[in-house]
Amino acid sequence: MAAVQETIDRVKAIDVDQYKYGFFSDIEADKAPKGLNEDIVRFISAKKNEPAWLTEWRLEAFRRWLTMREPTWARVSYPPIDYQELYYYSAPKTAAGPKSLDEVDPELLKVYEKLGIPLNERAILAGVQVADGEAAARGIAVDAIFDSVSVVTTFKAELAKAGVIFAPISEAVKTHPELVRKYLGSVVPPTDNFFATLNSAVFSDGSFVYVPPGVRCPMELSTYFRINERNTGQFERTLIIADKGSYVSYLEGCTAPKRDENQLHAAVVELIALDDAEIKYSTVQNWYPGDAEGKGGVFNFVTKRGDCRGRNSKISWTQVETGSAITWKYPSCILRGDNSRGEFYSIAISNGHQQVDSGTKMIHLGKNTTSRVISKGIAAGASQNTYRGQISGHRKATGARNFTNCDSLLIGNDCGAHTVPYIESRNPSTQFEHEATTSKISEDQLFYCRQRGLSAEEATALIVNGFVRDVLQQLPMEFAVEAQKLIAVSLEGSVG
Amino acid sequence: MLEVKNLNVAIGDKQILNDLNLAVAPGEVAAIMGPNGSGKSTLAYVIAGKEEYEVLSGEVLLNGENVLDLTPDERAAKGLFLAFQYPVEIPGVATMTFLKTALNAQRRQRGEEELPIPEFMKRVKQAAERLDIKPDMLKRALNVGFSGGEKKRMDILQMALLEPSFAILDETDSGLDIDAVRIVAEGVNALRSPTRGFLIITHYPRLLEHIVPDTVHVMAGGRIVRSGGKELAAELEKSGYREYAGESEELV
Repeated sequence: MAAVQETIDRVKAIDVDQYKYGFFSDIEADKAPKGLNEDIVRFISAKKNEPAWLTEWRLEAFRRWLTMREPTWARVSYPPIDYQELYYYSAPKTAAGPKSLDEVDPELLKVYEKLGIPLNERAILAGVQVADGEAAARGIAVDAIFDSVSVVTTFKAELAKAGVIFAPISEAVKTHPELVRKYLGSVVPPTDNFFATLNSAVFSDGSFVYVPPGVRCPMELSTYFRINERNTGQFERTLIIADKGSYVSYLEGCTAPKRDENQLHAAVVELIALDDAEIKYSTVQNWYPGDAEGKGGVFNFVTKRGDCRGRNSKISWTQVETGSAITWKYPSCILRGDNSRGEFYSIAISNGHQQVDSGTKMIHLGKNTTSRVISKGIAAGASQNTYRGQISGHRKATGARNFTNCDSLLIGNDCGAHTVPYIESRNPSTQFEHEATTSKISEDQLFYCRQRGLSAEEATALIVNGFVRDVLQQLPMEFAVEAQKLIAVSLEGSVG
Repeated sequence: MLEVKNLNVAIGDKQILNDLNLAVAPGEVAAIMGPNGSGKSTLAYVIAGKEEYEVLSGEVLLNGENVLDLTPDERAAKGLFLAFQYPVEIPGVATMTFLKTALNAQRRQRGEEELPIPEFMKRVKQAAERLDIKPDMLKRALNVGFSGGEKKRMDILQMALLEPSFAILDETDSGLDIDAVRIVAEGVNALRSPTRGFLIITHYPRLLEHIVPDTVHVMAGGRIVRSGGKELAAELEKSGYREYAGESEELV
């Protein structure tokens, strides 16, 4: 059909190099020597002035990593990574020292400005509207991470008033060592998997959040990750603890410059929710996806896990994944506490030669636990998009309930959408529901929209937006708008 | 207003329209009737710009301009509207959102400003009331879970909102009960005007008792074989299409 052929031709002509965050900033960096060995691990630990227990923690992980083999079961293929060819530490030279906005290298601030990230507290406060009856100002606290190092964290004073700790993990290790030591590695142990183990050895920085009992965090917390230096791996580590009865909403955004070589991003995120607590974690990921030939791009190999430790606790993951050459991640929930709830909402878009193998695990352990999974995969170009999910009910998990809705949308004839669900239960009172659809944007739908006056691209955007609506609704409002734009940009050129 | 000249259309190896000629003047309501397979819906789709069909030769002029080179959305912006026989569903897209997007897309193409929201809401409300469409239907996803009659009424609502200069109704009465036919007919009749042309495609004369046409054409074998006034519809009701069936066998 003429329309479909046009689609295919357009996709081939697509300049994936329209990735607008592909600029590189010429900022002097402080780097470790290339390669990975015990000395490098010590180097990293020393650079961060870490206590001995943490250095030892890293070294144990590194020794373990040396005995492990890289997993190959996912539906992704990539050239072998030479782990000795990477730099495991890079920090902008001027970032050493206190982190108030006035003291940060203006070049660095310019990078974040270019990315559209609000770092200026005053600007945010000035533009704020206070809702009727609500005391808190609607600012968003931001922790900005440039390569391996946190650059600045805003709103610390306001958060401190509420008792909320929001700081780079490198700082939290020194100011709140007992908290970090108690929870680090308790959800994703250093032995968990090849990439998590590597991360445990060489993790750079990341956010640490602690919300005290009964506190509803007064603003959204956000971290922006930016990989700049070439040939560096980005191994950030995030740890969020919501104490009894507390609530926090956290957003993570990611971009990286265009490079011919692949860049490895192997992060670990651990969430812990105690009794009656709730954590909402949202990600908008737009790492460089590689060029039109599939060259370059970020390898996004991430381990994210939430532990609903307490009764009635709740953890929800929302992700919009549009970038990366390869996305390999399964944000999961361990539903330990009775009546706890896990949610996973995902939009994963692949275009060009991208590969996605993503999904979730909901492990039902406690009594009357519930989980909900809504996954929307959109494949275009020559990409491969796989949903892999595991819903499991332990023998003692009476009354476990799950609803999974996993939909794939294909645009064009060269892409692939795959679903690999694992559903298992050892308790007879379990109810797990799974619904899945795979569809192509139908010619009839497109023609109907066009006859009403929409161009082919407007029609596709409309239909795709309808397709992902359930998930977009889960994002904090400001980011839902940004995500919608990002989705439109990611699909540019995919329809005739 | 609409002139079809010597139109020859094929799909794959099969020729469907044969040297078809048709003219509809501004203000005229013309009906096309004919047996199944005569090419009626094909004509509608080709005028609207569906890409499956290959135009072998001929012209389609809308207000003197040949639209065969234009995309479907460009034709829509020029004032062409097709009410579908089977309106599609668009999950997740609220009807109201769809209406606003379509209307503003057309206005933008014509260089007009987008309609301010209060004005838009007012027009939608008025048109919906006339068609007995309840407000909560407008909040639901477009056509999802709508009955056949509701889908058809929704199409007429869009026609009322988009104010086309030429509208084609493709088997609009199929799948409708008596009350729905009457409501749809009232909606269409309310839009009749000296500057608007209608082409009504149907094979049941029933609809034409409610939307009384100025001209009736009979189509068979991919061409117009007979034309007359509204009495022709009554005649066809009695005699059927048998005498025209021979025409389709001429097709190679």
